[in-house]
Amino acid sequence: MKIDSHALQPEAGGHDAHDSAVHDSAAHGSLSSYLIGFGLSVVLTAIPFWLVMSGALGSKQLTALVVMLFAAVQIVVHMIYFLHMNTRSENGWTMMALIFTIIMVVIALTGSLWVMHNLTVNMMPVHDMSGMR
Amino acid sequence: MFDNPALIKAIFGRLTIESLPLHEPIVVGTFAVVALGGVALLGAVTYFRLWSYLWREWFTTVDHKRIGIMYMILGIVMLLRGFADAVMMRLQQAIAFNGSEGYLNAHHYDQIFTAHGVIMIFFVAMPLVTGLMNYVVPLQIGARDVSFPFLNNFSFWMTVGGAVLVMMSLFIGEFARTGWLAYPPLSNLGYSPDVGVDYYIWALQVAGVGTTLSGINLICTIVKLRAPGMTMMKMPVFTWTSLCTNILIVASFPVLTVVLALLALDRYVGTNFFTNDFGGNPMMYVNLIWIWGHPEVYILVLPAFGIFSEVTSTFSGKRLFGYTSMVYATVVITILSYLVWLHHFFTMGSGASVNSFFGITTMIISIPTGAKMFNWLFTMYRGRIRYELPMMWTIAFMLTFVIGGMTGVLLAVPPADFVLHNSLFLVAHFHNVIIGGVLFGLFAGIGYWFPKAFGFRLDPFWGKLSFWFWVSGFYLAFMPLYVLGLMGVTRRLRVFDDPSLQIWFVIAGIGAFLILLGIMSMLVQFAVSILRREELRDVTGDPWNARTLEWATSSPPPDYNFAFTPVVYDNDAWWDMKRRGYSRPLTGFKPIHMPSNTGTGVILAGLSTAMAFGLIWYIWWLAALSFVALLAVAIGHTFNYHRDYDIPADDVVRVEDARTRLLAAGARS
Amino acid sequence: MTVAVVPSQDSEPIFHVIDEHAHPEGASTMLGFWVYLMSDCLIFAILFATFGVLSGNYAAGPAPRDLFDLPLVALNTSMLLLSSITYGFAMLTMERSRIGATQAWLAITGLFGLAFIGIELSEFAHMIHEGATPQRSAFLSSFFTLVGTHGLHVTFGLVWLVTLMVQVWRYGLIEANRRRLMCLSMFWHFLDVVWIGVFTFVYLLGMLR
Repeated sequence: MKIDSHALQPEAGGHDAHDSAVHDSAAHGSLSSYLIGFGLSVVLTAIPFWLVMSGALGSKQLTALVVMLFAAVQIVVHMIYFLHMNTRSENGWTMMALIFTIIMVVIALTGSLWVMHNLTVNMMPVHDMSGMR
Repeated sequence: MFDNPALIKAIFGRLTIESLPLHEPIVVGTFAVVALGGVALLGAVTYFRLWSYLWREWFTTVDHKRIGIMYMILGIVMLLRGFADAVMMRLQQAIAFNGSEGYLNAHHYDQIFTAHGVIMIFFVAMPLVTGLMNYVVPLQIGARDVSFPFLNNFSFWMTVGGAVLVMMSLFIGEFARTGWLAYPPLSNLGYSPDVGVDYYIWALQVAGVGTTLSGINLICTIVKLRAPGMTMMKMPVFTWTSLCTNILIVASFPVLTVVLALLALDRYVGTNFFTNDFGGNPMMYVNLIWIWGHPEVYILVLPAFGIFSEVTSTFSGKRLFGYTSMVYATVVITILSYLVWLHHFFTMGSGASVNSFFGITTMIISIPTGAKMFNWLFTMYRGRIRYELPMMWTIAFMLTFVIGGMTGVLLAVPPADFVLHNSLFLVAHFHNVIIGGVLFGLFAGIGYWFPKAFGFRLDPFWGKLSFWFWVSGFYLAFMPLYVLGLMGVTRRLRVFDDPSLQIWFVIAGIGAFLILLGIMSMLVQFAVSILRREELRDVTGDPWNARTLEWATSSPPPDYNFAFTPVVYDNDAWWDMKRRGYSRPLTGFKPIHMPSNTGTGVILAGLSTAMAFGLIWYIWWLAALSFVALLAVAIGHTFNYHRDYDIPADDVVRVEDARTRLLAAGARS
Repeated sequence: MTVAVVPSQDSEPIFHVIDEHAHPEGASTMLGFWVYLMSDCLIFAILFATFGVLSGNYAAGPAPRDLFDLPLVALNTSMLLLSSITYGFAMLTMERSRIGATQAWLAITGLFGLAFIGIELSEFAHMIHEGATPQRSAFLSSFFTLVGTHGLHVTFGLVWLVTLMVQVWRYGLIEANRRRLMCLSMFWHFLDVVWIGVFTFVYLLGMLR
């Protein structure tokens, strides 16, 4: 009626506990991956700072867009090279949690901005406060 | 020394002798009763020399079963307090007509409706839900405990800390007079200069830490500790709904933490997040708190849906209809619950695009919920239904919740909401779904799992009495509020001018009285069941002929839950085992590795509560001291590397042999 | 009793794990800590949302252009970035069980973290000295809270770092300590990710307003 748990491999899923978290989830990077990540981060940080400080692009809107794009790329770089995100660790649960969180963050952020902006447009007459200084 | 006001202020902060509400006879009377009861209880514990037993076996326990039971006790005790508030409100509203001011002054009445809401949601519904999940989930997935047993103990005591703060506010100072969500600018320092809102903030912050951590804990438990063979799509539905609930907890309670922290900064530091001046925006508070608040109602109701699923299939003697659709409906509700928050404040003045978006998402939520309802109905269809108490609660739920759901869809239509916003119609609606959905579900769950936790069934007579009082009382208490709401009566009113309304409030008051009888019958039911426990005893561990793994072990389960970790092949794992001639292993027991008890959780939560008290009363030395101590104890705890022990094989053999004898005796008789 | 279709090939169903290995201690820790970080991520998301909504409300007070010193922010950013790579080195040396090197890299990480906190505090002090206090306007309230919360996290990380260094010093690189160092590593890199958001949305976009 009973057998060894290793002989028995019922089905995928279930009982993840046996794979040691230590060697599984945090697959550490190597020296080169850390250095690549660091190099990319330096570049991805330096460019937006330079763009804003020099005003090289001229248009503020364009600069803002480019700066945000750099931030998004840099976040991905950090996720991969420093936080070692991948789809395998913890049977994909870390990635699942991350995706779910990103969805929640996007909903809360854009939702709040949209709702509150809409409120301001609808309810608040525009004041020019600069004259009150 | 005591004539130096600066010194006294440094020692006691805002706390003075006037802080005690000695001028309120009702509060003094309550205090006398509570104090007498408390002294009697403490005296009894001391007399029977139970302190060391309680400390060793209960307060410091890391056993998920005992923590679950303690959560349930906390929830039921706080239910009495929250319900006392409800009765007082009903009485006030029933008599405050024709120039009568009623018997509660405005200052007291406003605290009561605030405390009622806060207590019922945070310290009744949440502990009961968390308690059931704590007790049942590890058993249902064939685990020995949760992933982080110490954290579990700590979470529980943080919840207690929050409850203690709310109770304290009754006798030392006052509670918030703002309504249960403490909207600014009313909750800002300018309009609520007293300690009420501070009690509110810190009670919820302390309890919120506990809730968030317990959410993380249960997610990890479900993800990591399932028995071999139990894939995600073989998990019992209650485990599924618990998983989704805990995901919602982890994803929404941080929002509450932040928004309350910002309110605290406004009150303590003088920042301008939610003020009317200097660019602050009170509507941002409303927006943020409902980003937490709407998922919160699904946090409460999803586990109830899980309970109904278990109960329906057990008492219909059938596999649950549409398991897969049930799971997907739960997941869809989880996501959608994040997209509807604005329907709580359609009237704030957003444009048509915003309002219609959130109105439509709200209506969409009723689709997966409706799918669930049909699944339960089809599970019952052609089943051999046993009308035991949990099943009765389930049927009462189905009828009641559908009404609540339909009035909810009504409120989801923005133009209708413009009329009904903040009216008693809304009050009736959310009581309809929370009592009819969450509370009935919890009662079904309590009746269903009580024999598992204690080894004997609950007395059916008093249970049925309680059931009929509750159900009839509910309809009598809340249907009149729908009528009043449609007539335009707004919520939270203390006195009324129109005498024609009085009859409805009197009917509602009678309903509340019936619910009171229901609660009392329930307490009698517990007492009678304990007295008659030998007659109600169940030795099989499976009194309902149920289907899931928790019924595979003894009642109450041993410390280690399962002598051998079960292997699962089917959704209804235990049903499958029974059907295929499962026989319990009698030999080959091994030592079992278990976590050790620790008092650190109690100490940390106690220090957090002390810090909160210091912050509430501006007793800065107390707050600072407790904070430093908190940090020191927490760091000190990490230096303890020996947190587990082995239950020797001999002990396991002893426990399992005792069960074998009991089962044999049960089979003979 | 009829026998149903058995999923496994075995005709005799097996309902127990007999040769059970105790769950490795801390098997859930990394996932649990990750889930905690996700909840922390939402805390920051809400602070960002608040900043986003209120950041234009100067109440006739100072605006980002009057306050922010981008070279200082760039310096601060480099401190945090450097501390991230040095923490990475600490993890690499931990892999090879070199206690001395691990401790050294941890100490360097701590120093960079301390420098970050120092620069941030001096920036705050400067602003407050100029009258740009958190009470001055909703913009400044949300600025100080968002950036300050990140700073508090870094401070907490420093306390944790020192605690772990003591524990490594006393008990060596045992399994439990390695696990803790990995949790702190996730925490530290996570704070770096949040800082990307801070310098982009608060400072850089603030200067563009």
